[in-house]
Amino acid sequence: MMEEVKEVVPSTLGVSSHSIKVTEVVRDGDALTFIIVSQKLSGTGEYLVDRTYEDFEWLQQHLFSQDDVPGIQGIIFPPLPAKAQLNASAKATKQLGVLATGQDWQPYCMALETYLHQVASHSTLNKNKGLEIFLTSSEPPGRQKVRKGIFNRLSQAVEGMWKEGHKDVDEFFQTERDHNLTLTGCTKAVAERFLDVVLTEQKIAVACGHFSTALHLCVEAGEDPDKQTFSKICVKISEVFDSMRKNVFSVSENNVRTLGLGLDLESRCQEAEKEMLFRRTCKLVELETACRNAERVKSVKKAAMEELKTMAEKEFDQTSGVAKQEITRFHDKRVEMLQQALIQWCETQLLSARESADRYNEHLQALRAMA
Amino acid sequence: MADTARDPPPEHTDFQELEDGDDLFPEPTTTQEQSEPASLPAEDVSTNSNGPKQDSLFDDDPEDLFAEATEEVSLDSPERDVLLSDGPSPAITPITPPTSVLTPRMGLPHADLFTHSSFDEIEEEEGGDSFDMLISVSDPEKVGDGMNAYMAYKVTTKTSMSLFKSHEFSVKRRFSDFLGLHSKLASKYLHIGYIVPPAPEKSIVGMTKVKVGKEDQSNEFVEKRRAALERYLMRTVKHPILLKDPDVLQFLESSELPRAVSTQALSGAGLLRMVNKAADAVNKMTIKMNESDAWFEEKQQQFENLDLQLRKLHSSVESLVCHRRELSVNTALFAKSAAMLGNSEDHTALSRALSQLAEVEDKMDQLHQDQANADFYLFSELLGDYVRLITAVKGVFDHRMKTWQKWQDSQLLLQKKREAEAKLQYTNKPDKLQQAKDEIKELEGKVQLGERDFEQISKTIRKELSRFEKERVTDFKTVIIKYLESLVQTQQQLIKYWEAFLPEAKAIS
Repeated sequence: MMEEVKEVVPSTLGVSSHSIKVTEVVRDGDALTFIIVSQKLSGTGEYLVDRTYEDFEWLQQHLFSQDDVPGIQGIIFPPLPAKAQLNASAKATKQLGVLATGQDWQPYCMALETYLHQVASHSTLNKNKGLEIFLTSSEPPGRQKVRKGIFNRLSQAVEGMWKEGHKDVDEFFQTERDHNLTLTGCTKAVAERFLDVVLTEQKIAVACGHFSTALHLCVEAGEDPDKQTFSKICVKISEVFDSMRKNVFSVSENNVRTLGLGLDLESRCQEAEKEMLFRRTCKLVELETACRNAERVKSVKKAAMEELKTMAEKEFDQTSGVAKQEITRFHDKRVEMLQQALIQWCETQLLSARESADRYNEHLQALRAMA
Repeated sequence: MADTARDPPPEHTDFQELEDGDDLFPEPTTTQEQSEPASLPAEDVSTNSNGPKQDSLFDDDPEDLFAEATEEVSLDSPERDVLLSDGPSPAITPITPPTSVLTPRMGLPHADLFTHSSFDEIEEEEGGDSFDMLISVSDPEKVGDGMNAYMAYKVTTKTSMSLFKSHEFSVKRRFSDFLGLHSKLASKYLHIGYIVPPAPEKSIVGMTKVKVGKEDQSNEFVEKRRAALERYLMRTVKHPILLKDPDVLQFLESSELPRAVSTQALSGAGLLRMVNKAADAVNKMTIKMNESDAWFEEKQQQFENLDLQLRKLHSSVESLVCHRRELSVNTALFAKSAAMLGNSEDHTALSRALSQLAEVEDKMDQLHQDQANADFYLFSELLGDYVRLITAVKGVFDHRMKTWQKWQDSQLLLQKKREAEAKLQYTNKPDKLQQAKDEIKELEGKVQLGERDFEQISKTIRKELSRFEKERVTDFKTVIIKYLESLVQTQQQLIKYWEAFLPEAKAIS
C-alpha cells in the first residue's frame, strides 16, 4: 500500500495514523462489514472494530459538520468511496470503477483504508472526536443519526450550479479552479480507460483458462506411441496456457492494486478539491451579494446589512486562507501519491514479467527436450 | 470458422447413386483383363470423372481430356481398374515434363504410376531422398481492376530433392489455381483412401474487399489467405504420394497453368458440402456394415471425438484472439488519455512521467497486437486446419463404406445370377444359359475386384491414419514451440520497457 509520510501532528487521536488497517471484509447477508485494526499510540495494544459503510458515512458527516472550526469550508475533505454492494446494479458497479474489480473486495478495502489514513493524518480533521470514536469504540457509531452537514454537494447542486463559473477575485484561485476543471476531466478519462484495460485482461485470463481446461479433453487413452506423444503435447500446451492465465491475472491484479487505485484516488481527490473550490466560490457570491445589499439598503437596515457583510467577509477570508493551505498540501500529496503508484506499478509489473519469462522458458526447454 | 461465405451448390456431385439403367458391369464383349482396358466402353456415368474420360483414355485425342475437367474418376472406370491392378511393378517412370503430362499418361506404362503397389515402392525407393522442401507463398499482387481483379501470389520452392529440375524456382499462382490443384488431387486420391489436405476456404467478403476496397482494408484478409495457401502447399507436399503427383509438380514448376474451371464446385467449402452429402447418402443407404475390423470402428469413434474437441478448442482460441485485439484497442485508448493528462499536468516531472507512461503503453499495444497475431496464426489456424483435415478423414472413411457396399452389391447380384442360371439349366435355352454363364463369370471377377478394392482402401487408410497421427504430433509440437518463443520474446520486451520506465517514475520528485 501507499507509504504515508509520517506527519507529526498534535492530535488527540490515540492511535498512530499509519497503523490503521482494514484487515478483513465480512459478508453479512447483503451487507459488508469491515474489520478495522489500529495500534495504540501508547504501544499497549491495538483496537479492533467492525464497521459498515453507514459508519463511514457517519464519520464523514461528522467531519463535515464542524461549524466551530474556522474556515472549515476551505478544507479538501478526503473523499469516501461510493457504497459497495453485493449484487450491485450495473450502474453501481460502474460508479465504483476499479474498486469493484479484483477478488473479495480487496481494492475496495484498500481504498477505505486510504480514506482513514487521510483523515487521521489531516491536522484539523484528526482532532475530530468522531474519528476517535470510529476507530476505537466497540459500539458502531453509524446507527445514531447525525445532523446532515451543510456540505452535502447534492443540496448545493440543485440551487447553485450556475455559481461554478463565477469569476474569481483572486488570480491564484481562478487559476486553480481552471486547472482543476481540466485535470478532473482528464483524470476521470484516464481512470476509465485503465479500467477497460483491466477488465479486458480479466477476460483474457478466463479465456486462457477455458482453453487450458479444454485441452485435457484431447488426451487420448491408448498405448500407441504417437497417441501418447500427442496426449503429452496436449497436456504441455494446457500447462502453457495455464501459465498464461496466471500471468495475465497477476498483471491485472498489479494494475488494480497500484496504478488503478492511484488513478481512482486521484480522480476522487480532484473531485473533492472541486467541491471545496465550489464552496469557496459560493462564499464569494454570498459576500458579493452581502456587499451589494449593504450598499443598497437605507440607513435603518444598514447596520444589520453591514454586519452581515462583515461576517461574510470574515468567513470568506477564513475559508480562502484555509483553502490556500489545503491547495498547497494537496498538490504536494498528489504528486507524491501518483509517484508512489507509478513506481509500485512499474516494480510489480517488472517482477511479474520476469517471473513469467522464466516460467515460459522452462516450458520451452521442456518441450524442446521432448522426444 | 472465420469465413462464412457460401458458394452456390456444386454443379456436379460425385456421390449420386447409381441410376436406373446403368449397369454395374460392362457389356458382354469386354473382359477384365488389364491388357485390354481399351475395349471397355463407358460404363455407368453416375459418378463423374476428372481427368481422362473413360472412353477417351486411350484415344489419341488429348482435347477430350479437359472437356469435363470437373468430373471425377468413376469407381468403375477402366482407369480405376488400372489403379488397382496387380500387374508386375514397373520401374518408376520418371516424371514427365509438365507440358506433356497429358499425352504420355495415355499409355499404359505411365498409367502404372498410379498402381498402389508402386506407391509403396515410391515410398521405399525414394527413402534415400528424404523430405527436404520449403515452399513459401509471398508477394501478393493485385492484378486487374474492379470485379475482375484477382490476387496473384508468388510460390517459391526451395529443395534439394532429385524430384525437381532445380533447387529453387518460383511461379505465379492465383487462388483458383490452388483450388484447381486440390480438386484434381481429391478426385484422384480421396476415393482410394488418401487423406488429401483441403484447400483454403473461399471468401466472397474477403475477395470483394480486395477487388473494390482500399488496400489497408484487405491487408489482413490477404495475409490470412497467403499464410493459409502456404500451409496448404506444405501439407500437400509432405504427403509422399501427393508430392509425386504430376499435377503437384506442374503446379510448383510450370510457369503457365491452364485455368482451373468450375472451382466453385470444388473449393474447400464445396468439397465439405460434397463430403457431407456423401455421408448423408451413405447413411440413407442404411449400410449396416459388418465391421469385421474393430480397428476401424474405434478409429472412427476417435475421429468423431477429436473433431468435437478441436472445434471446441478452435472457438476457445477465437475468443482469446478477440479479447486480445480488444486489449490492444483499449491499451491504445489508455495511452492517449494518459498523454492528454500529461499535457494538462503542470508539475513538470510528473508531466514527463505521464508522457513516458503513454509511450510505454503505446509500445505495449504493439506487443498485444503481435501476441494476438501469434494466437491467431499459430493456434487458431492450426486448429482450423485440423478441423478441415478431419473432414477429409471422415470422407475417406465414407469412401471405404461405399467401396464395401459396392462389393456387397456385386456379391448379391452374383448370387441372384447363379440362382437364375440354376433355373435356366432346366430350360432348353442354350443361348440364354450361355449368356448367364458369361454374366456370372464377369460378376465373379467383379466381386473379386470389389473385395480387393475394399482391402486396398482399408490398407491405405490404415497407413494414412498412422501418418496423420505422426504429422499431428509434429504440427502441434512445432506450433507450441513457436508460440512459446513468441511468449518469451514478448515478456523480454516488456521487461525492457518496464526497466526503462522505472527511473522515469522515480525521478518525479
